[in-house]
Amino acid sequence: MTVTEPDRAQVGSSRSSTQRWARHPERIGLGALIAAGLLLVAVGTGLVDGPLAIAALVLVLVCIVALIMTAMVGGPEARRKLAPYGLLKPGMLWLALFYLAPLVTLLKNSLSTLPSRFAVRATFDWNFDNYVTAFTDFAPQFQRAFLYAGLATVLTILIGYPLAYVIAFRGGKYRSVLIGMVIIPFFTAFLIRTIAWQSLLADQGVITRMINWTGFGKVLDAVGIMDGEQLLNTPAAVVGGLTYNFLPFMILPIYVSLEKIDPNLVDAARDLYSTTPKAFWKVIFPLSLPGVFAGTLLTFIPAAGDFVNALYLGNPNTTMIGNSIQDQFLVQNNAPVAAAMAFVLMAIITVMVLIYSRFFGTEDLA
Amino acid sequence: MSAPTTTGGRIGRYAVNLYAALAMFYLFIPIIWIVVFSFNKPAGKFNFVWQEFTLDNWSDPFRDEALTDALVVSLQIALVSTLIATVLGSLIAIAITRYSFRGGSGIGFFLILPLTTPEVVIGASLLTLFIGADVDRNMRTVIIAHVMFQVSFVALTVRARARGFDFTLEQAAQDLGATPMRTFWKITFPLLLPGIAAAALLSFALSIDDFIITLFNAGSTSTFPLYINALRKVSFSPQINVLATIILLASTILLVVGSARAFRSERRAAGG
Repeated sequence: MTVTEPDRAQVGSSRSSTQRWARHPERIGLGALIAAGLLLVAVGTGLVDGPLAIAALVLVLVCIVALIMTAMVGGPEARRKLAPYGLLKPGMLWLALFYLAPLVTLLKNSLSTLPSRFAVRATFDWNFDNYVTAFTDFAPQFQRAFLYAGLATVLTILIGYPLAYVIAFRGGKYRSVLIGMVIIPFFTAFLIRTIAWQSLLADQGVITRMINWTGFGKVLDAVGIMDGEQLLNTPAAVVGGLTYNFLPFMILPIYVSLEKIDPNLVDAARDLYSTTPKAFWKVIFPLSLPGVFAGTLLTFIPAAGDFVNALYLGNPNTTMIGNSIQDQFLVQNNAPVAAAMAFVLMAIITVMVLIYSRFFGTEDLA
Repeated sequence: MSAPTTTGGRIGRYAVNLYAALAMFYLFIPIIWIVVFSFNKPAGKFNFVWQEFTLDNWSDPFRDEALTDALVVSLQIALVSTLIATVLGSLIAIAITRYSFRGGSGIGFFLILPLTTPEVVIGASLLTLFIGADVDRNMRTVIIAHVMFQVSFVALTVRARARGFDFTLEQAAQDLGATPMRTFWKITFPLLLPGIAAAALLSFALSIDDFIITLFNAGSTSTFPLYINALRKVSFSPQINVLATIILLASTILLVVGSARAFRSERRAAGG
């Protein structure tokens, strides 16, 4: 009793009916936020429609009004506790309606059947056949997506780590200029950069002609990277395109984690281990691992879902799952199977992210 | 770090530097192609093989009307979506950096999700939402989609910048008699502004650049990347290189001006 006395005095003595719920403003804040979000998801996905949908939207409004009312009725303490929920609300509701709700409709779509070949809307009937089709007909595309994305991720580490290292430790006062230079190429459209590679890797392109002229092409052909004298339309070109396009997503997080390392620590390590490589592997590399892990996620995920590189740099035998989703959805008008493939892709990636973040944490993603 | 004293160490050091320089060069290869080929006079419809040098493409950069229109649409979409996303995202960032509250860590995790979902899944899922709700796909749906991924991006970027922010300054202002509103506009907002500006600039670039999500939700609206892709089998005009070079120059200038200002204010803060 004695503990709640001052609490009650602060909330205001005359409005006895509001006292009870105004005493825990954060519960109302969080409750109103979650309730409004779920209601929006329900309306957006069509779980409720007609008059019920209008009722649900009215309830969303009630949630917002309740938040404002509690803030007005309660004292400064209540307002301070409610402020974060008020600030979060617009953005979070946007994400609820346009990120969460679409995932629910996608799931629903993946379990639906198209009534006819040309129908736009599928009817929901627990049709699990779409998943069977996704796994059997499109297994090679799934395998290629994860294989190419994995190779590209390894390559971005091999190319990006030394660059991030040199900028972080040897960049001196030019560090910010150099890291800015890493970003500049990515201010041109992703699509145009990929087309640039298409032109450079074509048979008449500078790179392919140079490789063939030096005779290096024969080596690359023997290793299986080139197809005869051809570089464009090979798996190597697709992996190369993925590597290029997602490289900054690897360099930036590695740079951020390297930059945090105290240079004195490196000197101390050198005193202890005497050789630079040993100091690097024993001290710097372990400390930069959070950056490598964050970069791996930021590279692998978009690479696994990409279809632009395979479309422009590959051939019909190098298509990835993204190509199939895009094709089934927008060209073949087969939304249910496309939805099933998209859902499987996301499920696999989500499981990987969860396992990953369990081990390494997601703090450095931002 | 002091330089290594042994010969082997010195060679190793140069080798790593050379490797890094090559990696940096690799990043610029397609950029060099884009700029150089804006001065090419292609033989056919595709500006893919070098023929001869010309300044013709630059005499009137906006002569290809359909392409210019598509670029204007892209800029309009980017402007509106960035504006909305910057406001919504910054509010979220302020909420999670300034206050500790119930559900805070859950929200941090929720914000990462849209960025770890493949674009093709986001694009396809939004399309199923719009089809299900009978919403026509046009510029509005593209803006909605762009705001969706920009909000998370802005919130996380501003949060990262605000991590070292000293919130006791607000306390000081209020102790001196400032109202909460005045404290926000005089103390909090100016301190967060560089982070917000950087996030807005980058999410503007993300919007102009976006192809995959836009492809699913644009309907008949043609953005700059969508227009180029639609002509994939028909043509690739040097006018695309010219506009891409202009975009590149404009964003580089913005970046240089922005970081120069940040550098100056940092020096001022350090008392230099």
